[in-house]
Amino acid sequence: METILNITNLSKTYQSAGRTLTVLSDINFTIVTGSTNAIVGPSGSGKTTLLGLCAGLDRSSSGSVQLNNINLSNLTEDQRAQVRNQHVGFIFQNFQLLPTLTALENVMVPLELRNEKNIKAKALDLLDKVGLAERGHHYPSQLSGGEQQRVSLARAFSNAPKILFADEPTGNLDAETSEKVVKLIFDLNKEAGTTLVLVTHDLDLAAKTQRIIRIKGGKLIADEKTING
Amino acid sequence: METNTVNYHRKINFRWLLNMAWRDSRKNHSRLFLFISAIVFGIAALVAIYSFKYNVQNDINGQAATLIGADLSISGNKLPTGSLKQLLDSLGDERSQERSFASMAYFPKSKDTRLVQVRALQGGFPYYGAIETTPVEAGTSFKKGKMALVDKTLMLQFNVHLGDSIKIGNSQFLITGILNRAPGQSGVVAGIAPVVYIPMQYLAQTGLLKIGSRVNYSFFYKYRKPVNMDRLTKKIDPTLDKAGMRYETVEGRKENTGRNFGDLSKFLSLVGFVALLLGCVGVASAVHIYVREKIASIAIMRCLGVKSAEAFLIYLIQIVGIGLIGSVIGAVLGTAIQHLLPLLFKDFLPFAISVQISWMAIGQGILLGVIISLLFAMLPLISIRNISPLNTLRMSFDTVNPSRDPLRWLVYLLITLFIICFTYLQLNSWLGSLFFTLGILAAFMILAAVAWLLMRVMKLLINDSWSYLWRQGFANLYRPNNQTLILMVSIGLSTMFICILFFIQSILIGQVSLSASGNQSNMILFDIQNSQKDSVANLARKQGLPILQQVPIVTLRIEQINSITAADLQKDSTIKISHGVFAYEYRVTFRDSLSESEKLTDGTWIGKAQPGKDVPVSVEENLAKRANLKIGDKIVFNVQGVQMPTHVSSIRKVNWGKVQTNFQVVFPTGVLEDAPQFQVLLTHVPSNKVSATFQRAVVRNFPNVSIIDLGLILSVLDELLSKISYVIRFMSAFSILTGVVVLIASLRISKYQRIQESVLLRTLGASRKQILVITALEYLFLGSLSALTGIAIAFGGSWLLAKYSFEVPYTVSYLPALILFFIISILTVIIGLLNSRGILNKPPLEILRTNA
Repeated sequence: METILNITNLSKTYQSAGRTLTVLSDINFTIVTGSTNAIVGPSGSGKTTLLGLCAGLDRSSSGSVQLNNINLSNLTEDQRAQVRNQHVGFIFQNFQLLPTLTALENVMVPLELRNEKNIKAKALDLLDKVGLAERGHHYPSQLSGGEQQRVSLARAFSNAPKILFADEPTGNLDAETSEKVVKLIFDLNKEAGTTLVLVTHDLDLAAKTQRIIRIKGGKLIADEKTING
Repeated sequence: METNTVNYHRKINFRWLLNMAWRDSRKNHSRLFLFISAIVFGIAALVAIYSFKYNVQNDINGQAATLIGADLSISGNKLPTGSLKQLLDSLGDERSQERSFASMAYFPKSKDTRLVQVRALQGGFPYYGAIETTPVEAGTSFKKGKMALVDKTLMLQFNVHLGDSIKIGNSQFLITGILNRAPGQSGVVAGIAPVVYIPMQYLAQTGLLKIGSRVNYSFFYKYRKPVNMDRLTKKIDPTLDKAGMRYETVEGRKENTGRNFGDLSKFLSLVGFVALLLGCVGVASAVHIYVREKIASIAIMRCLGVKSAEAFLIYLIQIVGIGLIGSVIGAVLGTAIQHLLPLLFKDFLPFAISVQISWMAIGQGILLGVIISLLFAMLPLISIRNISPLNTLRMSFDTVNPSRDPLRWLVYLLITLFIICFTYLQLNSWLGSLFFTLGILAAFMILAAVAWLLMRVMKLLINDSWSYLWRQGFANLYRPNNQTLILMVSIGLSTMFICILFFIQSILIGQVSLSASGNQSNMILFDIQNSQKDSVANLARKQGLPILQQVPIVTLRIEQINSITAADLQKDSTIKISHGVFAYEYRVTFRDSLSESEKLTDGTWIGKAQPGKDVPVSVEENLAKRANLKIGDKIVFNVQGVQMPTHVSSIRKVNWGKVQTNFQVVFPTGVLEDAPQFQVLLTHVPSNKVSATFQRAVVRNFPNVSIIDLGLILSVLDELLSKISYVIRFMSAFSILTGVVVLIASLRISKYQRIQESVLLRTLGASRKQILVITALEYLFLGSLSALTGIAIAFGGSWLLAKYSFEVPYTVSYLPALILFFIISILTVIIGLLNSRGILNKPPLEILRTNA
């Protein structure tokens, strides 16, 4: 089976008030293409830091991250931005839509950056898939939390990513909306054949994936398959 | 490793950047308007001045010939004789002559007298333009009889009408024309020395041309066919120079008038530039906050694959757009304002001023606005490059330390260079521009240092014993996301600029309103013949007036300095003696002691000459500099044809500001007593009535004696200064307006920083009043300290300017500073509170939702 993400001896430390703070220590795992994975752990365990490193948002202190066979550690920030644009999709806890852009424009941005054709039609199609075709001209502040997360989802899939990173995707949503959004994430993921890595402390959500990676105190303490695996 | 699956070299799509810049700015238009407004007034001021400058230049080019009235004019203060006369008679196809001098005019009808400038004219001058009179034909017809043209203000002043008469010396002339404007004369000059034209054939009858009379002899020429003036003037220049005569051509007048006006417009451009700089401080602080608020959006974009350069360019485009819009609005406003400038300047320029749209000025203004707003916005903009996409996950993620960014230092350098270069273009002096820039830099650093100190001190001072409201209000000054530095610098700089303009204006105006109060002399009688000396003094005494000074004056020229003559100077350019030294006609005196306004700086004062020895003379320090004179140097004077060898025995510093007779050269007694001379008498008249009676008596008995009434001069000067100060105030208004806009913008944008905290406090149960007090305390302290620092810097700055640039005593009134201090402090609090109004009047949740 093909590997999309290969994490080797990954560590992350920060300097704080003259002291070295180790957030992640010697993490090793691989993610198989097309699989669904959850990283779980208590608050402050380092799971968001791990997601940031895996997705190329940050640089590790030691060890390596290979995404789609590209060693992110060797790349500049601008080169990592290209990797993100061409291979990675993101979903955030607080949606992270550009507030001055409409829902449609938010979905269009990754496509525009890739200089694709028929951008508007593609973006509208994606909004349709998340049930928001009629709300394309609305600004984020005019949408509910669930709607914003669905726009975010449409944007995440707009560049046909090889891997989708989701940081607490239901953290800001009520139970009912969460359920709809989770269903959408898994449905779209399945349809596009994308690899999914989600960070959550919601064990029910984690159980919907094929594999759960547990971290605690910056260390990987368990890596197990779920009943879906 | 398959890295080739990623295209790292994606080209930047400028169309997309433009699109994103527009999209991103859409919801911020009202806030961006604040950036715009900060530069609008500065650009408006500059465009108005530039437009006016170009229009005046066009007018000068179009009207130059009428300014001089002839193709060539030659003038000097000696009646040409011999070969010089022959030369003058050989020039031109048509010739005119004019003799002008100061004299008392007497109006028999009203019995009033006034010092005027008499111009006795012969020939067809002016050949271009006209002596503007009412009725028009009087300008030429007055030469046909014993008629005079009298300045219009003078006629109004003494209620004189056409058909009345005017007495000049011993002759009476019929007034047949009101003189509206003499060729090349500005309203200001006419106010100081009103002109009376008389025909030259009646000049002798006035009996005013005697030895020692200060007469200017002018010769005007017209050429019917075009002549190479350069070649002609080059040919005649040595002869004229030797005779102490000057020439002027149309081209020369064009350059001179242009240069004179250029100096004025450059000074005013600098005042406009100050307004623009002030606006740029506003732009920089506004963009700084704007970028801080955009961190989340930029991080999202970076997450989606936007390159750092692309993110930077998106906001750069916005700033260029805003700068462009602001500059265009400023240019439109400036073009409208330039219509007012001819009204302000009409008295300063010797020709009619036209108003036309100057595309050149508009272009310059817009370009300047865009460049300078870009430069100042660049400081906060470059930090965009370092915003990490990780901010999408953690908002507190810190970016690179800005002071370590080399590009930041490059921007500082570019700003400094730009200010130096722009100031140089206005001042034409590298030293001046350097001082101007250093001054601004120093003010900036002082304000930043005070802000830093304030934060430190507050951190140390605040403790639990303070009430919560005071603690919270003052803690806002140093807590994260505080506005202390930005507000301190922008409010402080605005206050400083406004205050310096006020101070300098009051110093200059105060300097010129020389008081003629007390027993200081306020009336000067000159051109008194030696034979009239005692009679004039007796007349004054009879009227109960004191003789404060009676000084003999001898007219002479310098023939040689250390054996160097004017001809030697002409041949050898290495000699360090100013050319004018030999051409000038000196009026000197002789006495045995120093006067009150004199102080020896070198050598020994010798009050009495020793018979048979070189005469020791005392030289004023500026003349000593110009003539490169030291103690012991030899000077040969030409006293009315007699050579007189002397040596420099002392050098004096003279207080020229004092109302009394002051001299560049003072002789000892025992040398010049028998030389042809005239006398000057200084007295003090207690009232206008006494002044008028005395002047009438003098003019009746001694028509050749001229009188300067200092009271009159002062009122003319006062009028002139109020006109000048009006112009300065008009230009300063732009700075003041910009300062207010920057203040509003700075505080308005700080609202977004404070809003979250205030809402949180409200949510936690803080009352409306408590929030109000916390906000008021913070802004009151910031406003008053910034204003105080700005005013303190203004005191220092204006002192330096007064001492080194204007070289006038430093006197300043504290009242405007105090008023400004209260206005700025209160305005800061009011605007601060108005900003919080939204938070206070709405439920916290509503605000949180709208600002989410």
